[in-house]
Amino acid sequence: MRRVYLDNNATTPLLPEVLEAMLPYFGERFGNASSIHHHGQETRAAVECARELVAGLLGCRASEIVFTSGGTEGDNLAIFGLVERGGHVITSTVEHHAVLNACKRLEELGCEVSYLAVDGRGLIDPDDVRRALRPNTKLITVMMANNETGVLQPVEEIGRTAAEADIYFHTDAVQAAGKVPIDVKKIGCDVLAISGHKMHAQQGVGALYVRKGTLLQPMIYGGRHERSRRAGTENVPGIVGLGKAAELAVAAFAQEEDKKMAKLRDQLESALLAKIEAAGVNGAGAPRVPNTSNIYFDYVEGEALVIALDLKGLAVSTGAACSSGALEPSHVLTAMGISPARARASLRFSLGKQNTAEDVDFAAQLVPPTLAHLRELSPIYNTATAVHS
Amino acid sequence: MPNKTIAVAMSGGVDSSTVAAMLRAEGNEVIGLTMQLWNQRRLAGHPGMPEAVQGRCCSLDDVYDARRVAKTIGIPYYVVNNEERFEREVVRPFVEEYLSGRTPIPCSLCNNHLKFDQLLITARQIGAEFLATGHYARVEWDEQRGRWLLRRPADTAKDQTYFLFGLTQDQLGHTLFPLGDMTKPQVRELAHKHGLALAEKPDSQEICFVPGGDYKKFLDAYLEEQGEALPDTAGELVTTNGGAIGEHSGIHNFTVGQRKGLGVATGSPLYVLQINGAARQVVVGGEENLYSRTLRAKKINLISIDDLREPMRVRVKIRHRHEAAAAMIEKTSEDEILVTFDEPQRAITPGQAAVFYDGDLVVGGGWIA
Repeated sequence: MRRVYLDNNATTPLLPEVLEAMLPYFGERFGNASSIHHHGQETRAAVECARELVAGLLGCRASEIVFTSGGTEGDNLAIFGLVERGGHVITSTVEHHAVLNACKRLEELGCEVSYLAVDGRGLIDPDDVRRALRPNTKLITVMMANNETGVLQPVEEIGRTAAEADIYFHTDAVQAAGKVPIDVKKIGCDVLAISGHKMHAQQGVGALYVRKGTLLQPMIYGGRHERSRRAGTENVPGIVGLGKAAELAVAAFAQEEDKKMAKLRDQLESALLAKIEAAGVNGAGAPRVPNTSNIYFDYVEGEALVIALDLKGLAVSTGAACSSGALEPSHVLTAMGISPARARASLRFSLGKQNTAEDVDFAAQLVPPTLAHLRELSPIYNTATAVHS
Repeated sequence: MPNKTIAVAMSGGVDSSTVAAMLRAEGNEVIGLTMQLWNQRRLAGHPGMPEAVQGRCCSLDDVYDARRVAKTIGIPYYVVNNEERFEREVVRPFVEEYLSGRTPIPCSLCNNHLKFDQLLITARQIGAEFLATGHYARVEWDEQRGRWLLRRPADTAKDQTYFLFGLTQDQLGHTLFPLGDMTKPQVRELAHKHGLALAEKPDSQEICFVPGGDYKKFLDAYLEEQGEALPDTAGELVTTNGGAIGEHSGIHNFTVGQRKGLGVATGSPLYVLQINGAARQVVVGGEENLYSRTLRAKKINLISIDDLREPMRVRVKIRHRHEAAAAMIEKTSEDEILVTFDEPQRAITPGQAAVFYDGDLVVGGGWIA
């Protein structure tokens, strides 16, 4: 069976060049980067080279990059590393759980958190950030791109507000890295988290930009790795892969591949919406990363549609399911004022660098008849259409 | 019946796992589905509730087992989340039934509103023609009557038809019970043959969302979680002639036929005869008063017949572990049937189901009022 993977916001396949760059570090180049000898020097050089490449992607100095195990660790390090008991944090209602649940924990530890609402497009109002400032505000943490909708927050304006108020600004850029150009100077953030596997590197590696002079309390204690900001022997193959993926991403922006991807995504959206009634794009009207499309198909359970499509070879997601916990309607979509029923009827299509026009065509051909079959058997669809006709 | 697309409701137990393996071996396209109905950690931390419940329906262990079986036999497998619906259609009514002095059967509600309703819809939506389950029952098409029939299984000790009386003709027409002709030992043997690691896994017995079978603790914990106080349903213990002989702590603590825990000492053993929800009275008396010849069943579903036009001789089961007893059933209104037993029956309990049998055929059933 032909299988097409359009769930790249969940994870991306390794690009062949990335795998190739990593392979020696699973084999002959095995040294501990902290060792004095030849073997250690070899991997130390690779780690520092990767650090330069990641710095190149984010527009910062190599010394400002801390390698982590991924986006969640980066977000946690930023939040718990900068806020102490009694502090106040400003965040949004549409953050990833890596930020939201870290903030919940801060509240349990005696901090205050303001969760800013978003509008119908999924955007927070930078003025709301300004209004939420308090004398004890220690951190603003607002994501750059949303994982479910791809909506890009006005991080540069928030960065200016943070700078004026002299408050730390962290942005979760996990879903932005490799999709849109990132310049930490332009954003004006002090901390920024990215994840390897969302940009065609390996699962289990990430990086945190920490602006020089930022007093970040480590979460993991041990040796003096990563300038004492994150102890633990480096994941060398992962870091090398992340460096390569960063290098490739920079090259791709120069080739305007992000614009090509946006075109492909727009083709998918218009093809689906042309053939399907009672459907639409969540987050339409807001600036979005070029690869993500979150579409509601009213009167069905998104979960059943995902299964039906998977059985026919198309991998997409509801953007709401976790492995076996409760399936609550997406907090992101409901925060945008979308009804729980529509939120549950929403699917996320997310492209990767490996996807082609044929892949998009496959999805555009497959979704309409699959959806039609689902709706035919959906009691709510039949009730609703009976009322309309 | 080879080469059909069949969804199997997989609980992670031996029965449904074997069904999946059997149907796959016959050459069908099989899709494994597990319903996530209840978060077993949800009430953890409330008084009387364990931290995490192991080896239960919807526990992570069971999902793990089902997923492993699916991998072993090589079928696609998915978990579908129906927690919200389960709470609305099964857990809430379960709580409310107890609070109004009845004794509910959540398994039938789950079959009617989840397994053979929502899950069957999902199964058909994703391309399956049938939903197969590990229930011990038989379903067959009767050309003469033009109806789908539900029959008791070969293994009468495992008969689950009592919980299935609510199935509609449409549901029965899309349902397969592949274990209907088998005995439990045969099923375990087949599970071994198919290399299923869980062949010796013990049967589940209790209500899946009530840890340790202690429904009173569950009611307390659930209502506390909901921010609702347990309503005060304390009242009097009265005898059949209306005289009060003591007090009780709440009608939900009692079930018809109960003998222990009444809190009064008399010369002869006392039993709960009746729970009067409105008056919060628990009527007690001697065992001889537990017997009754009639009951009224409501919310009727008929299977082997389309309507009960005239009185019919049947055997009626009034609880899962009850020997079906000879009775006459007759319709008293559009949605009520009067059951008159030949011999008085012990502890007819409101909230339970009355299921009518004609030989091994399920005629239909209703809820005891």
